[in-house]
Amino acid sequence: MSASLEKGINALKEQVDSTVAAFFSSCTHCGMCAEACLFCTETGDAARTPINKAEPLRRIWRAEYTLLGRVGKMFGLTAKVDDALLTEWETLVYDSCTLCGRCSMVCPVGNDIALLIRKTREGMAAAGHAPEGLIGATKRAVTIGSPMGVKLPALMAQINHVENDTGMKIPIDVEGAEYMLLLSSMEIMNFPEFIEATAKIFDKAGVSWTISSEAFEATNSGIQIGVADIAAELVQRIVDAAEKLKVKTVISPECGHAYMAIRWEGPNLVGKPFSFKVRHILEVLDEFRKDGRLKITGKEEQRLTYHDPCQISRRGGVIDQPRNLINMFSDNFVEMPDTGKMNWCCGAGGGVSSNERADEIRLKVFQRKKDQLDEINPDAIISACSNCRIHLEDGLEEYHMDIPLMSLTETLAEHLAD
Amino acid sequence: MSEIEFLNWVRGQGFQIAIIIFIAGVIIRFAEILLLGRKTNLAEAKGSEMSGGLRTIVTRSVPDKSTLKRSTFTVVAGYIFHIGLFVTIFFFAPHILMFKDVIGFSWPSIPTPIVDALAVISIITLLAILVHRMRDNVLKFLTTTEDYLVWLLTILPLITGYIAFHRIGMTAPTLLAIHILSVELLLVAFPFTKLMHAFTLVMARWYNGAISGYRGVES
Repeated sequence: MSASLEKGINALKEQVDSTVAAFFSSCTHCGMCAEACLFCTETGDAARTPINKAEPLRRIWRAEYTLLGRVGKMFGLTAKVDDALLTEWETLVYDSCTLCGRCSMVCPVGNDIALLIRKTREGMAAAGHAPEGLIGATKRAVTIGSPMGVKLPALMAQINHVENDTGMKIPIDVEGAEYMLLLSSMEIMNFPEFIEATAKIFDKAGVSWTISSEAFEATNSGIQIGVADIAAELVQRIVDAAEKLKVKTVISPECGHAYMAIRWEGPNLVGKPFSFKVRHILEVLDEFRKDGRLKITGKEEQRLTYHDPCQISRRGGVIDQPRNLINMFSDNFVEMPDTGKMNWCCGAGGGVSSNERADEIRLKVFQRKKDQLDEINPDAIISACSNCRIHLEDGLEEYHMDIPLMSLTETLAEHLAD
Repeated sequence: MSEIEFLNWVRGQGFQIAIIIFIAGVIIRFAEILLLGRKTNLAEAKGSEMSGGLRTIVTRSVPDKSTLKRSTFTVVAGYIFHIGLFVTIFFFAPHILMFKDVIGFSWPSIPTPIVDALAVISIITLLAILVHRMRDNVLKFLTTTEDYLVWLLTILPLITGYIAFHRIGMTAPTLLAIHILSVELLLVAFPFTKLMHAFTLVMARWYNGAISGYRGVES
C-alpha cells in the first residue's frame, strides 16, 4: 500500500462515527436519492447516484466497523479501498457533487448523504485524489489568504474606490466594533458593490462595524477540498482577528459555503465554541428590519424570484430572512417550484466552480435550474451567494436566457430611504 | 425425518436458533453503531436536536410533492408492500395466536379475507418491484446480490404462508413447516443485511433531523 493511500484510508477511518454507521446500515438501494440530484437527473448517469459517491467511505465502515465486514476481510471477501477506486471516484466526489444536500432531504430512511460525501472527501484529499483546481485554490488560501490570490492591497484599492464614490469611510481594524464583516474574494474582485451596499445599510442602521485587515476572507477552501486541518487553520485566522478586535458578531457575506464553514463547522474544526456570534448578512439585515432600522423607499415593479443558495437555506437555516427582506421592496415576488429547503442547486457550489475539469458538467446540469426558471419566467433573479451568482450568469448565457441577477444586499441598499 | 418431526423441529429448536441469532445479531449491530459515538456540536445552536430528530422520524415517512412525482413507483410500491407485510405479520389471526404463545399477550386480528387479499397484493407488488429493480437504470447500477437475496427472503414467507393457508399441493404440516422455515431464514439474515433498516432507520432519521434541527431547518 502506498503511503498516500494509507493516509487516505486512515482519514476515512477517522470520519466514521455513529451517524455514518447508522446511515450506511439503513440504505436499501431504493435509488430515490438519484432523483433528488441534478447531476443524475440531468445526465442520466447512474454512477452519479448520491449514495454511490460515498462508496469509499462505505467500504471502510463495512471492513473496519462491522462484524460481518471484519470476518469477510479475513477471507478476502470484503470490498477494499485502493488507488484505482479512488481514482475512479474522484470525478464523482468532486465534479459531480456540490454538497447541496438535496439528497439528504429526500432519502426515505433519513440518510444525510451529503454529509457522507463531505466525509469521503477527507479521505480522497488525504490520499492525493483531489482535483488540481481545488488544490491550487487551497494552497493560495493558506499561503496568500485567499483562494483567488486576493491580497490586502487589492482589498484596500477597492475600499478606496468605494470611499471616493460615496464619501463614506469604510472602518478598518476598529476595536470594539459590534460587527466584523467578512468578504469573499469573489465579492472583492467582481462585486465590490457589495462593500458599498453594506456600508450604506450599516450607516443608516447606525451600527458600528469593521473589516479586519488580518482576516477578511470568508471562504474556506479547506472545507471544499476536505482537509480538516487546513479548514481549521482558515477558521482560526478569523477567530484570532475577531478576538483581537473584540467584536460581538462576525458576519458571513453573500457566499454559501463560507457561512457553512464559519457558522456550523467552524467551532467544531477549531475544537472550541466561539466567544462571538456568527451571523449571515441576511440574518443581520433581517434583525435590522425587525428593529425598524431599515427604512425602505420605492418598490421593484419587475417579477422577482429568489434562488436559495444551498448552504444558506437547506444546510444553513437562513430561509425566511431573504423572503422577509425581498417583500420590503417587492410586491411581485414569485417562488420557483421546489423552493426554500428543497431548492435545486445552481450546480457549481461545494468546490465545483474552482475545478475547471467540471466546467462542462456544471453547465450541463444547469438545465435543472433552467427548467425551474422556465416555469415562472421571472424578470430578475435575486440571490445571496456570489458563487451562485457567477454560475447562474454563466448558465443563463449558455442557455441564451436573458434574466439579470441581483444581490439581495445590493438591491436592498438601492431602496434605502434617505 | 417424518413431516411431523420436521414441523416440530422448525417450531422448536429451529425457531429457537433463529430467534437467538436474530436478537443477538440485532444487539451486536446496535452496539456496533452506537458505540462509535458522535462528537458534541460546538457551534451555537439555532434549534433543538431532539425535537428536530423526533420530527424527522415521523415526517420522513411522507415524501415531499416533487419527490413523490419523481419517484412515484418506488414510493407507492414501497408503501403497499410495507403495509402488507406489517398487516400479515402482526394482524393475521393465527400469527396473533403464535405471538400470544411466545410473548404472553395478544391483540385483535384483522378479518382473514382482508389479510389474504393484502398478502396477494404484497406478493404482486414485490414482483413488480423486482422487475423495476432489474430494468431501471439507476437501480440496475445500485443492485447487489444481497438486494436480490433480501428480496427473496422477504417474498418467500408471503408465498409460503399463502400456500400453507390455502393448502395447495402438499399436506398441511409440511406446508406449515416450510412457511415457518422461510420466516426463520428471514430472521437469521435480518441483522446482517439491509433488512436492518427496519430498526436503524429510526437512528438515521433521528440523526438527519437532529443535524438539520440544530441549524434551524426542518428536514
